[in-house]
Amino acid sequence: MKRRLVLWLPLAAFAIFLALVAAGLYAPPDRAVRSRLIGQAVPDFDLAPGMPGRPGLASATLRQGQPHLVNVFASWCVPCRIEAPQLDALARRGIPIGGIAVRDRPQDLARFLATYGDPFRAIGADTDRRVQMELGSAGVPETFVVDGRGIIRHQHIGAIMPQDMAAIIAAFEAAR
Amino acid sequence: MRAALIALALFAATPALADSLLPAARYADVQLPDPRQEREAKALMETIRCLVCQGQSIGDSDAEMAGDMRSLIRERILAGEDPEAIRAWLVSRYGDWVTYTPPLSPITWPLWAAPFLLVLAGAWLARGRLRRRRKN
Repeated sequence: MKRRLVLWLPLAAFAIFLALVAAGLYAPPDRAVRSRLIGQAVPDFDLAPGMPGRPGLASATLRQGQPHLVNVFASWCVPCRIEAPQLDALARRGIPIGGIAVRDRPQDLARFLATYGDPFRAIGADTDRRVQMELGSAGVPETFVVDGRGIIRHQHIGAIMPQDMAAIIAAFEAAR
Repeated sequence: MRAALIALALFAATPALADSLLPAARYADVQLPDPRQEREAKALMETIRCLVCQGQSIGDSDAEMAGDMRSLIRERILAGEDPEAIRAWLVSRYGDWVTYTPPLSPITWPLWAAPFLLVLAGAWLARGRLRRRRKN
């Protein structure tokens, strides 16, 4: 009798394996790569202005006592257009937003901001993606909440949708 | 007529690229002049995972971000940095996930122990079999 049961063991193991595979196939994949710098200081950077006549973005600005949102974006990034109204609404609430324009050109940036709104206090040109990689950001758009001492408190991956606003504002208020 | 229209539409279709208009980074697809340094850079690239097309190494990926990462690696090696220091720099930003050689940690030890455990299990199985045969 015991031997009979043992014979079924491989089949049971195979069934468990199949169940695991099925669970993995049907579960919604979470492919977001999170930055390891949450809770740590913003790495040092000093980016030249993304377009003439506007200030660039430097990490020193993020350590002057006021919390900031740092938005990693690009004019060539389609989801960035979708999140533009939400960024505008955040800027209208008085939340300072610094932009990091990834691999962008001044003329494209100007057109993007004229079309979709300009919520940025400063825009740094990250032409070679170095600062994006410094921050542990894996794509555009991404938004970091940085507190007044320059510590990264929160990372939002992907476009900020209307339903994400509450979480972003809460993270910003918590960083005060 | 309809088939011709569809064929025409297929020819006119261009892939929607999520890429910028800037040219590729300096060392994205350009080898380093020193073959020894290039060999080091290539070896590192083959073990760094692409953040965009996950499951490919940045050495294999055509994604623009992978090109930027290749350029970063080549420039740092050109500046005399140790490949493992560059790997550590990337891991400190993106986590162990970014490297194809996962370090031994409380989460990854089963990964490293599994081959040895399987060989042990196989030996135990074979031992039982051999002993039974000898009895016969």
